[in-house]
Amino acid sequence: MDSNPSSQKLSSEGALLGSPRPVRQSRRLEVVKKILPLNSKSQRPEVRGFKIALQGGPGGAGSHNRGGETEGSDQARTFLGAWTRKRWGESRGVETEARMVASSLKLQDLIQEIRGAKTQAQEREVIQKECAHIRASFRDGDPLHSHRQLAKLLYVHMLGYPAHFGQMECLKLIASPRFTDKRVGYLGAMLLLDERQDAHLLITNSIKNDLSQGIEAVQGLALCTLSAMGSAEMCRDLAPEVEKLLLQPSPYVRKKAVLTAVHMIRKVPELSDIFLPPCAQLLHERHHGILLGTVTLITELCERSPAALQHFRKVVPQLVHTLRTLVMTGCSAEHSVSGVSDPFLQVQILRLLRILGRNHEESSETMNDLLAQVATNTDTSRNAGNAVLFETVLTIMDIRSAAGLRVLAVNILGRFLLNSDRNIRYVALTSLLKLVQSDHSAVQRHRPTVVECLWEPDASLSRRALELSLALVNSSNVRAMTQELQGFLESCPPDLRADCASGILLAAERFAPTKRWHIDTILRVLTTAGTYVRDDAVANLIQLIGGAQELHAYSVHRLYSALAEDISQQPLVQVAAWCIGEYGDLLLEGTCEETEPLQVEKEEVLALLERVLQSQMSLPATRGYALTALMKLSTRLHGDNNRICQVMSIYGSCQNVELQQRAVEYNALFRKYDHLRAAVLEKMPLVERGGPQVDEEAKESKEVAQLSEAAPLPTETQASKLLDLLDLLDGPSENAQHPPPLDPTPGDTLIHLLDLPCAPRPPAPIPNLKVFEREGLELNLSFVRPPGTPTLLLITVTATNTSGGDVTHFICQAAVPKVCRRPGLRGSLDTPGEKATK
Amino acid sequence: MRFMLLFSRQGKLRLQKWYLATSDKERKKMVRELMQVVLARKPKMCSFLEWRDLKVVYKRYASLYFCCAIEGQDNELITLELIHRYVELLDKYFGSVCELDIIFNFEKAYFILDEFLMGGDVQDTSKKSVLKAIEQADLLQEVRVRDKGALNRSFFFFPGVFPFFKTHTHTQSLCC
Repeated sequence: MDSNPSSQKLSSEGALLGSPRPVRQSRRLEVVKKILPLNSKSQRPEVRGFKIALQGGPGGAGSHNRGGETEGSDQARTFLGAWTRKRWGESRGVETEARMVASSLKLQDLIQEIRGAKTQAQEREVIQKECAHIRASFRDGDPLHSHRQLAKLLYVHMLGYPAHFGQMECLKLIASPRFTDKRVGYLGAMLLLDERQDAHLLITNSIKNDLSQGIEAVQGLALCTLSAMGSAEMCRDLAPEVEKLLLQPSPYVRKKAVLTAVHMIRKVPELSDIFLPPCAQLLHERHHGILLGTVTLITELCERSPAALQHFRKVVPQLVHTLRTLVMTGCSAEHSVSGVSDPFLQVQILRLLRILGRNHEESSETMNDLLAQVATNTDTSRNAGNAVLFETVLTIMDIRSAAGLRVLAVNILGRFLLNSDRNIRYVALTSLLKLVQSDHSAVQRHRPTVVECLWEPDASLSRRALELSLALVNSSNVRAMTQELQGFLESCPPDLRADCASGILLAAERFAPTKRWHIDTILRVLTTAGTYVRDDAVANLIQLIGGAQELHAYSVHRLYSALAEDISQQPLVQVAAWCIGEYGDLLLEGTCEETEPLQVEKEEVLALLERVLQSQMSLPATRGYALTALMKLSTRLHGDNNRICQVMSIYGSCQNVELQQRAVEYNALFRKYDHLRAAVLEKMPLVERGGPQVDEEAKESKEVAQLSEAAPLPTETQASKLLDLLDLLDGPSENAQHPPPLDPTPGDTLIHLLDLPCAPRPPAPIPNLKVFEREGLELNLSFVRPPGTPTLLLITVTATNTSGGDVTHFICQAAVPKVCRRPGLRGSLDTPGEKATK
Repeated sequence: MRFMLLFSRQGKLRLQKWYLATSDKERKKMVRELMQVVLARKPKMCSFLEWRDLKVVYKRYASLYFCCAIEGQDNELITLELIHRYVELLDKYFGSVCELDIIFNFEKAYFILDEFLMGGDVQDTSKKSVLKAIEQADLLQEVRVRDKGALNRSFFFFPGVFPFFKTHTHTQSLCC
């Protein structure tokens, strides 16, 4: 291409002269590099000529080379003369005469100029100047060149500058009889006008005229514009015109009319009535474009109205036939893409079949064979074939297909997963995710491949693989899967960690084979990705450990070792602190059959907890845990407690109010209530698993309740008040300390996340009713549902005699509707002035 | 399809076609955001990504990114084919198309796109037919207005029939 030796000399010179040039040079090359490395024989002469001129001149090296202009321009004048002066003059700040007089720079010259601007400010300047010219030209009217002006304006608009003053010009150009004007005018309309502008309605008339004109190219332009920016009003006005065009003999116009109808229906669904009738006939077309448009139109109609859906079910055989012809006998070469006959049409037909066959046995049955045929006959070596196959799979999964067909579909997806093309793997993972609920066992077969995909470097693929893997975990493969997922967790990118961690924990919750495995798993997750776990993981683990009595020794040993290694992962530290506090005696015993024996000294344990307390990395909540743990150890471990006392008194003046309060209370426990200390700090009972929040509150308030019980205050009221405030959950609890609650708990809302069964809430109590009051006789009804039998309602009728005299002949009869069964009446009789209850 | 964008590796927009009515400001915001997301992708990653509530299919050809935003139920693989078909059309028209061609003849790129897609859907699956339509529209530009009668008589979209009335040398094509 660079056959001009002078230009070669220039470029080599250019390369020597300035440092930034090589960089710019490469950008130039990149811009010139062919988009498609195909040999193309046809080349429009003026375009070719222009390209050579562009690359051959110094502009080849210099025009896109911001730094080279000043040097290049001297040579430019010598070598190429005045032709380039117009361009290079600008860069030297010289206004050329040609420009001032004609004031109609050619479009490509303007583009050249703008690209030649070195800075944003310069570009803005050039554009502003040009816009001024354009505005003037619009005002004065320049019928010969107005299309050029508008084209320039559109370019400027694409760069992001305001171009609203061109809107009226668009309308003028559209109305012009010249094709060139119309072409640019319609383009301008599509780019500058949209429904929000008031001017757009003015086009309607022009479009109407153009549609009835009879020149196909013009009709095509009008239809195209209508489908790109037609608003609802425009569509309504022009629908009859478009309908007429559907019957035109020329296929060019018909195919465009059909697609315009699609747009109209999207905008104004009521127009379906107009466009529905011609569809059946259009389906018999041979022209692929019209057929494609019609299928799209029918798809749109069916998606919007169930009546249309019903109506079009009868075309299923026709569609099946068309598709079968395409697949089996093929079509002409011009429609084929890498060996697949018209994949666009195939995909569109498959999509329509999907919509028609959904939830409809009969149609689905008609399609079964065809789908199997398409699935087996499509060549999958290139993307086009895979696209058709993918659409087939989607259709099979959505309609009421035979079981064998579904298995075929899942197998195709499995094959996709092994494809080397990343795009296909992505598409397969996405589809399998949709299928995993309905065809779980079929998808399970591909589990190993899915797990392989976890290790993809591409983030979108690994995310999909993670979601799918988590969905595939079940009770039989939970151990292996968790192993894989934990391996992944260790090395996965940060944005996937939170999802992975919570996924593993959830899977462990649901499918843990043994408690020990469960504890191990949670421990491992906390160690690997502690900062990414959800807040309730701590509470869950604590509850789990607390409930597994046989594993206390094991847990405390493991947690101790984990804590000794690393005190930065907060959830882990919290759990470990709690465990050590509770089961510190087991830790010191040193014997545990499930892990290797660990000899731990009392001092080491205390030192570790103190380290946690003092560490910068510990959150206040963590410190709270550590403090309480230290306190508990004062009873669990033998020997003197001086060290612990010391810590408590230090923290008695801590800045953090929470810690200070605790420390003060613990201090009080040491000094004044030492005799109660053992009782207060004994092992915690198992907390009811009601909800994560509840556990936290329960633990803390248990301690508070215990402490206050020790204090010489009216304990009962205090404790009951506190316990009322607790909002503890329902159901029979293991401890007498918890009375059945009256209010629903806040923990309920979190329960669905954990997917746990929970005891039903007690219904709210019914208030007492005063039902009768006359002449001194009052009747009150009170209602109680005993907690064990929610279907039983005890109604107590209290009759009060407030008058002075006796009440005789008091008969109480109870009438209940048949829905209630009355177990029996029990009552006690009255004396005047007393209450009688039944 | 919701919209199609063409932009260079430096983040310069070369073509934008919107099939859904959105305000100018909103468009600019979306373009900026999407360009950022797509340009941040490494070369070995797959061509699909999720952005807002749409699926985005993009492909890089030399220095240009071709980017389409499709809806949830659309087929991504066929959109890749669609993009490739458009590039092939451009290539046939310009002859070994490069980014420069699209920069300097942006209006022609739009015309070709409008012959290939309408409202986001494919109009014609035959490459030959689309190219012929464009060629004949270009020729139509060169016929003078006075021969409007000739325009009416030239039913050039029947296959193989070219206009008989190319009488004048005065060309009115855009790039001169």
